[in-house]
Formats: sequence, structure tokens, C-alpha cells
Amino acid sequence: MIDIKELTILALEELKGNIARTTLTMLGIVIGIGSVITIMSLGEGSTQSIVDQISTFGTNVITVFPGKARRGPGMSGGTFDTLVKQDATAILELPNIEAVSGIVSGQKTLVFEENSVSSSVNGVEYDYAQIQSLEFSQGDFLNENDIYSMTRNVVLGDEIVEELFGEEAFVVGERVRIDRKTFKIVGIIKDSSSAIVPISTAQKILFGHDHYSSISVRVIDNQIMEQTLTNIENLLLKQHKISNPDNADFYLRSPQQMIESMSNVTGILTTVLSGIAAISLLVGGIGIMNIMLVTVTERTKDIGLLKAIGAKRKDILSQFLIESLVLTLVGGVLGVVIGTVLTYFVSTAMSIPFVVSLKSILLAVGVSATVGLLFGFYPAKKASELNPIDALRYE
Amino acid sequence: MKKNKNNPLIKFDRITKTYITGPVKYQALKGIDIEIYRGEFIAIIGHSGSGKSTTMNLMGALDSPTSGNYFLKGKNISHYNQDELAEIRNKEIGFIFQSYNLLPRTTVLKNVERPMLYAGYPEEERKKRAIEMLKAVGLADKASNLSNHISGGQIQRVAIARALTMNPSILLADEPTGNLDTKTAHQVMKFLVQLNKKGSTIILITHEDDIAVFANRIIKITDGLIESHDYKLKTTSFIT
Ligand SMILES: Nc1ncnc2c1ncn2[C@@H]1O[C@H](COP(=O)(O)OP(=O)(O)OP(=O)(O)O)[C@@H](O)[C@H]1O
Ligand SMILES: [Mg+2]
Repeated sequence: MIDIKELTILALEELKGNIARTTLTMLGIVIGIGSVITIMSLGEGSTQSIVDQISTFGTNVITVFPGKARRGPGMSGGTFDTLVKQDATAILELPNIEAVSGIVSGQKTLVFEENSVSSSVNGVEYDYAQIQSLEFSQGDFLNENDIYSMTRNVVLGDEIVEELFGEEAFVVGERVRIDRKTFKIVGIIKDSSSAIVPISTAQKILFGHDHYSSISVRVIDNQIMEQTLTNIENLLLKQHKISNPDNADFYLRSPQQMIESMSNVTGILTTVLSGIAAISLLVGGIGIMNIMLVTVTERTKDIGLLKAIGAKRKDILSQFLIESLVLTLVGGVLGVVIGTVLTYFVSTAMSIPFVVSLKSILLAVGVSATVGLLFGFYPAKKASELNPIDALRYE
Repeated sequence: MKKNKNNPLIKFDRITKTYITGPVKYQALKGIDIEIYRGEFIAIIGHSGSGKSTTMNLMGALDSPTSGNYFLKGKNISHYNQDELAEIRNKEIGFIFQSYNLLPRTTVLKNVERPMLYAGYPEEERKKRAIEMLKAVGLADKASNLSNHISGGQIQRVAIARALTMNPSILLADEPTGNLDTKTAHQVMKFLVQLNKKGSTIILITHEDDIAVFANRIIKITDGLIESHDYKLKTTSFIT
């Protein structure tokens, strides 16, 4: 029979009556919730950004690296020479494989007139464009003839073009120098920062070795990804005459794995930071309790009066509980708003997707309500147990 | 005035009250018998510290006696717990205190509505009845004022309006005019007299003779005992 609506109105009146104190008390909750929202949202945003990036490689693409598998999101093959052309050819024969391309890559400096930029240069086979679903903003990919006849043609990522030639430059037909050798630009890839040359050119002219830095494999059906990964692993073990998989001199990366390991890293980071933010919420909660205790003492005479006109213990208890609940909930909502705005600016600055997860908002509201109830309970209980005579006599 | 001797509204039977403050015990009431009947207008007088407020707190179910029995409408409420007493106060008793009658940061209307909130009345009815009561004390136009923005006499009238909302059996007023100037005090008293004429039972605590004179019967307390159940004032020049 407690009129929650009326008690909420009364609570708002009381809180409005002492606006400075209300604001300061709420600040603890606002900051706590605001930082939880910001951290969780940025965590989710950066995870999504990583997922997006990996997905642009295509969720159907498996990469084989030479050497020992390392923990974490390692990509570089180091200086192992265990992957060779025969491996790529053999993989192509497996079921569920659409295309395979060996890759020979390294870091090189690209020069155009006065400008230079260091970037990764990949020597690839013809199917590479299809495997990686490359899109071109100018020109086209290397043609099949280029691949094995060591032509000095190059396809550049648009980010390299921007550095070397400036924005919006039309550069197909222009020449750049790699290792003081002149290459003709035949195409520009969207959203890329690497340069692509024919694999034969990379092997003979740029890097001087035949072994692969990695092998890109496109599967037909990614529903049977696990099976395909196992097949490739078994095949390569056999090719390399290794009986114990622990001694493998290669390792496989599927996009799912990359997403998982990246998400793990951001997940751990988010958890740690959220923990720190939670401490600020705890401090906010203690602030609420402190102020509610002061409020109860200040309003002792009010409580006496209310008891005189018929307030029962539960009436007083619920009134003060609702007051601290309103305090923390309003603080929580403000925190959500401020956290969202902050997330917007930070994610724009970091150029990651702007996401505010519903999960973090629900969590924030739930947490602030819990803080209000938890830390408001003791003061409210104290108020409800005041003796009306003592309360009325209180000066 | 019709008295039904068999059916007192309030019956104190050998009531004592001992206050215990740490190691100090103080017996404020030393065994008093009082009977008050429906429709009476009683004034309780006595020197400061004689036990008037203690008596009123017991009558008003704000406190329980140390010994003795209190029958309200025939029911012994001496051993009721806090919440049961709260219910009695809500339904049976209307309080008018000397000071601090209203919640300061709340409107006059909300103050008057409050007892009905605790009684579980729906919002519509609370509002309707509160306005009715404010009309009765002539303050309907102050309904939306904050209660610390009205005068002392108006505060006491709002307190009366609130005391009446639940249609209580008894109006209890502890020095209701103590903070008012003589003119305003007399206005408030006349208002109480009118209420009594309409049937309200009123119990008033005062140490001023010119206030006590408005009552039909005066009970005088001295040092925690009843000195007289029907005390006659010596000077009666104030009777209006
Ligand atoms: N809650 C309390 N605890 C301890 N002693 C109290 C308490 N209330 C009253 N007393 C003491 O009991 C005695 C009677 O007090 P009471 O308030 O009933 O007197 P009163 O007749 O109303 O006096 P006044 O005219 O000054 O209001 C006084 O001596 C007072 O100090
Ligand atoms: Mg007194």
C-alpha cells in the first residue's frame, strides 16, 4: 500500500530543496557510471574495430605461417624458410579449397621523387586478389603474365599513394622506386597500406629467396572451417615429414582465431579498467550513505512529525530508500549521458566505431540502483527506528 | 453537553511514566486517572515540568505508559507496538503542536495530504479532501504555497486542517497558541471552539489562563499528579 509515485515526488522535492548538496553527492555516481560506460563502450568499439579489420581479410581466409605458433595475435613469419611452393600446391588439392597464393613479403622503402614511405611489400600469385577480395580505386590487379615473368609492375595501397603523391592523385602509369629499382604502378587498392608485386619479382629481384613468408588460402565453405584447418595441418605435417604436431614448423591462423585472441586482449583490458571504475562507484556509494545519514539527522524533527501523524516504520524506511534510490538513479542516468558523449568524442578521435552497448547501460542503471539501495538502507533503517517522542523533542 | 459515564473516550487507569536517561530515573507521572468523554473540550494546565506534555504524549499514543492502562474507545492500547500505535495516531488522533507542525520544504497541500498518504488513500481522494479541509480553515488559496512561506497563525490553521483530515476521535493540541500573538491566538482558539461545537473532542495543553478559559473543563496537574479534574480559574475576566 506504499504509494511509490508519491514518495518519488516527495523525494524529488527534498532533493530539489538542497540542490547544491544533491549535485555534489550525485557527482560520485555520475563519475563512476560515466567512466564505466566510457570504458565498456570504448572496449566494445575497439573490439568491433578489430573484428571489422579482420573481417575485411575475409572470413573465408586461412593464413599459414612458417615457424612455431606464438601466443597472441602474431602476424609476421620471421625468418623461417619452411613454407615452399610444394606446400601451396598440395593445399590446393584438398577439398573445400577455392584458391591458394604463396606470399613472399618484407619491409621496403618506396620512393617517388622527394617522397618516401616504408611499407610492407608482398609478392603474391594471381589468385591473391580474389582470396583477399581486393577492391581497386584505380587501375587493376597484376595480370597472370606478370606473376611468373618477373615484370616490374606494382599495385599500391591507397594509403601509400596518399603519402607519396598526395590525396586524389591519379597515379596509374606512374613509376615508383623500390630498392632503387623502378616499378610501374598498375592499380590502387582501397583501404590498404601495403604494396603488391608479382611473386617471381619479389623472390628474384627484391628479397632474393624462394620460400614463402606465408600462404593465403581461401576456403569454399566456412561452415566446415575446423575440418579444413585440420586437413591442412595434417597435410603439411606429412609434407614436412613431422610426426609430432608439437614440433610443427608452421602454424595456421583463421580469422575466427584472430578475432578471438584480439577480443581476449581488449576484454582483459576492459575488465581491469571497469574494476577501477567500480571502485569509484563504491566511493560514490559511501558518499551517498554519508549524506543520507546527515539528512536523517537533520530531518529528525520531520521524522518525529511524520510518525506523529501516522507514518509506520516501513513508510519512513521506504521514503528514505526511495530518496537515495532517486539520487543514484538520476546520477546514473546523467553518468550514462556523459559517458555516451565522452565515448563519442574519444571513439571519433581514435577512429573506432561509436558503440554504446545496451549491456553497459543496463549494467549502469542496475549498479546505480543497487548502490542506492545498499548504501541508503542503513540510514533509512536508522530513520525508521527513531522514537517519535525523541524525534519530536530533538533540537 | 451529554456525558456517557459508562463510555469514556479516553480512560487513564493509574498511569505512571518514568523516564530513564542513562543512570537517571525520573518519574514524570506518578499514577493518574483521567476520563474524557466524547464532545468535551478539555484544557490541561500545570506548571512547567508538571507532566502536561508527558500526559499528552501518552494520550496521543506517541509513547507507552510505564505502568497502568490506557483505554482508548474502550480498547487497552498500553502495550501496543510502534506500528500499532502509528495506526492509532493516524486514525484516531489529530495533533497540533506548538511549533514545527509542518514539513518546511513541502507545500501546504502536501502537508495536509500526508496522514491520508499513510492511510493508503488514493491520490485523487487525498487531494480532494485536503482542499476541503483547507477551505474549512479558510486557507484554500495557500494550498500550493511552501509551508515555510506562510504566517504563524496560518501554520496553526493548516495544522488544524491536517489534524482533521482523517476525522479523528480526538484533537490534541500542545500549546497551540504558544508562538502566536494574542490576537491571532484568540482567532485560533475561536476556531477550536467552533470545531468543538460541531462535535470534535478537543484536548488542549496550556499554561495560559486566558487560553484555558476557552475549555469546558480544566484538568490541573501538579508534580505528576492530578490536582483537580474540574479546576476553576480564579480570574474569569477573559471570558468572551
Ligand atoms: N523524554 C524525556 N526524557 C527524560 N525526561 C523527560 C522527558 N520528557 C520529559 N521529561 C521530564 O519530565 C518532566 C515532565 O515533563 P513534561 O514535558 O511532561 O512537562 P510539561 O508539563 O509539559 O512542562 P512545560 O510546561 O515546560 O512544557 C520534566 O521534568 C521533564 O524534564
Ligand atoms: Mg510541555
